[in-house]
Amino acid sequence: MGEHTVTSFDDDLEHIQRLINDMGDLSGTMVSGAIRALLTSDSALAQRVVSDDAIMDARQRELDDRAITLIAKRQPMAQDLRAVVGGIRMAGDLERIGDLAKNIAKRVSAVGQSPAPRNLAHGIEGMSEMVLEQVNGVIKHYIGRDGDALRDLRAADEKIDVKYTSVFRELLTYMMEDPRNITSCTHLLFCAKNLERIGDHVTNIAENAYYVVTGEQLPSARPKFDETAQAALAE
Amino acid sequence: MNILTEASVEKKLSPMKNEPNIKMRGEKVTVHYGEKQALFGVDLAVPERQVTALIGPSGCGKSTFLRCLNRMNDTIDGCRVDGKITLDQEDVYDPKIDVVELRARVGMVFQKPNPFPKSIYENVAYGPRIHGLTKNKAELDGVVESALKKAALWNEVKDRLQESGTGLSGGQQQRLCIARAIAVSPEVILMDEPCSALDPIATAKVEELIDELRQNYTIIIVTHSMQQAARVSQRTAMFHIGYLVEEGPTDKMFTNPDDKRTQDYITGRFG
Amino acid sequence: MAISDSIPTADGTGTTGAQVAWKSEAMAARRKARYAADRRLQLYGMIAIAFALGFLAILIGTLVYTGSNAFRQSMVTVDIDFSSADINRENPMDSNWRNIFRQAVIDDVGELSRREERDYFSMFTSSAPFLIRDEIIANPSILDGRASFTVPMSDPIDQLAKGLVDTNLPENQRRVNDKQVELFNQLEAKGAVSQPFNWGLFFNSDSRFPELAGLAGAISGSFWTLLVCFLISFPAGIAAAIYLEEFAPKNRFTDLIEININNLAAVPSVVFGLLGLAVFLGWFGLPRSAPIVGGLVLSLMTLPTIIIVTRAALTSVPSSIREAALGIGASKHEAIFHHILPLAMPSIMTGTIIGLAQALGETAPLLLIGMNAFITSPPDGVFEASTALPTQIYIWADSPERGFVARTSAAILVLLGFLVVMNGIAIFLRQRFERRW
Repeated sequence: MGEHTVTSFDDDLEHIQRLINDMGDLSGTMVSGAIRALLTSDSALAQRVVSDDAIMDARQRELDDRAITLIAKRQPMAQDLRAVVGGIRMAGDLERIGDLAKNIAKRVSAVGQSPAPRNLAHGIEGMSEMVLEQVNGVIKHYIGRDGDALRDLRAADEKIDVKYTSVFRELLTYMMEDPRNITSCTHLLFCAKNLERIGDHVTNIAENAYYVVTGEQLPSARPKFDETAQAALAE
Repeated sequence: MNILTEASVEKKLSPMKNEPNIKMRGEKVTVHYGEKQALFGVDLAVPERQVTALIGPSGCGKSTFLRCLNRMNDTIDGCRVDGKITLDQEDVYDPKIDVVELRARVGMVFQKPNPFPKSIYENVAYGPRIHGLTKNKAELDGVVESALKKAALWNEVKDRLQESGTGLSGGQQQRLCIARAIAVSPEVILMDEPCSALDPIATAKVEELIDELRQNYTIIIVTHSMQQAARVSQRTAMFHIGYLVEEGPTDKMFTNPDDKRTQDYITGRFG
Repeated sequence: MAISDSIPTADGTGTTGAQVAWKSEAMAARRKARYAADRRLQLYGMIAIAFALGFLAILIGTLVYTGSNAFRQSMVTVDIDFSSADINRENPMDSNWRNIFRQAVIDDVGELSRREERDYFSMFTSSAPFLIRDEIIANPSILDGRASFTVPMSDPIDQLAKGLVDTNLPENQRRVNDKQVELFNQLEAKGAVSQPFNWGLFFNSDSRFPELAGLAGAISGSFWTLLVCFLISFPAGIAAAIYLEEFAPKNRFTDLIEININNLAAVPSVVFGLLGLAVFLGWFGLPRSAPIVGGLVLSLMTLPTIIIVTRAALTSVPSSIREAALGIGASKHEAIFHHILPLAMPSIMTGTIIGLAQALGETAPLLLIGMNAFITSPPDGVFEASTALPTQIYIWADSPERGFVARTSAAILVLLGFLVVMNGIAIFLRQRFERRW
């Protein structure tokens, strides 16, 4: 793909891509940091994650501004227009991921107050690894302009949904076993929910990225395997 | 968060599902100016009552193609047109076709507004008069008024019809030229960069006018402004050095064109 | 990037990266030399104009100097008492006007010998009696009582009155003898002599006698000739130009025609005169010296000018007008006659008037077809013999009388006056109707 005749146009587009890149890296850092803090009860790390969110918000506002200015100035067409509009959307999703990671980090102290057996968080750990893989993968595939990988990545979200359902049941079981676990398990439930939401946001990002790269929409029917709504009734 | 609705996805996959009437068609149109060839076998179908935009870099042949449609290329010495161009399935280059009648049925608006140096009334009345479209002055007055109304100019000039046409502003002059073309009841209106000499407000008025006119007339517009082509047309054809590179619904052309040359041109990656 | 290397920057860093020394001595000297070249060019232009104006001034000055006194004519006032005159009241034409006139003027002059009488009568223009007669016939009521008539003096006396006769020369070397001088002084002392403006120059026809000669015939002849020229060359020229511009196919034959038209404009005018002599007078047998023939010959000369001017005017109309007309479905002839020709008309008119002004001054062809004959009355129509202004000048220039010398210059000034007026009209038309595209 050639360069624009007006090179500052290229500079503007590149800047937006860089911002997406940064936000993607930051979201990965925040998610992994939040989980690590949760599992090791590291409040210092949790605090860092919380403060990182401010950076994330700033990045998103900056990207919005730049994108709107670019649209006004350059009247982008075709793939440029898709890249800019897609970028705005992806930034929104990445910023939500940051918020969710912050939310997890905030619960670190609450979970850590009561003794939380390591195995309580075992399910979460597995789930968080999957989510992290998705978060890092989606930006990588976007930059690599790999439409097929993005499609596969979106489909892979079903595994996270399945895992979430099992973590949900597991935590319910823990709570029913020992009422002293209720506080920490409730917080862990929220953390699991946040992780699942992060996964959903990643699929949004993947869909937008796919549209930017190929100009076509992924079929809207996305497999959803979240059966938690039915989970309680079975007990 | 889908950008396109389901319906437009369907439309993208089968562009002309409702298959509107084809008003004018060019088949293997080839044009030579002396030794130099300007168009290489262009095939283009222009649907009825829609705006078709012709875009492309300078010298790509879009104006040449436009001028073939009403045989204005006849006025250029050494210009040879091959291939077939039809209006309602009739070949326009057929010797039996009266070129004077053709040019009334296929009207033209030029890049630089060129009203006759006569009164506003005369400008609009000239066409109907020489073609003998009206029987008396009252009818002619009616035709003039109706044409000026359709060109959204009536309110601005109704009190000064006897003033010179060249005394109007640029935008008004261009609308006068459009009224002049409309007065002879054309079926097709050709516009060769009609807004390139106008300021943004006048341009907006002309674009609004084009939007209204397309309900009754087939419009083909050549434009350098991609944004204008995107705003105004339903179908777009992209020309490049005498070839028709791509042609399709405007929405698709400007969000997701098929051909790389189209993509490069509309995003400004040419040159 | 490579571009920024070659763009001179504001601090004077130039293409090679070194400072450009704008303020150095060498640069200043160079600039000074360039301005000096500007001023020299201006100077050359002014010298050229001064040269041209100088010659023009000499020309006009000479003409005015020699011709100015032709604009005044010495006249004498004669009283006639009709009661004592021998007039046939029933038929005034039948009276002996010469005697009546001579009686009237000889009255209070004193005793004159026979010879002196003859000399005295020759001081008045020989047609004086007939001028008076014509006046009385036009207005018979004058016959009751006395009346005064102002008639021209003859040419020698006119020269005397204007101080152009050297009275110091011996008598036999001048046209006016001493007695005549004495008689003239007498008349002058009586107050009978006057020098009004010479209207006769414009309203009389040609005559043997300078005091009676005028340009009426020539002006009228020129008018008719130019009219014929205009009526033939204008439509033919425009039609030819339109055909060549719009309809003629671009082939060798058309090129040939164009070359020939341009060449026609350069053919010497004498050749056209010969053509007129041979063809119009010889073959067609048209009347000699007639404005119709003059007009035909001049129209052949003006035709190329009008064709060239019209073509230039037609091409100067912007093609956007033609395209607009054709685009609306006008046919070729409608586009030309409704749109292009009206817009080109001011330029065409300007060029035509200039062409006609040139034709006005053409002498050689008119001489060859005989318009230098001695014609004493203005022509009634285009088929009657006539002179024209340039040929009249030619005739007078050849005449020996002193009076004609001045009149020749005066006639040239009149001709120049018409040319200036015609060119002035052309300029006015151009200013008024010129469009800026």
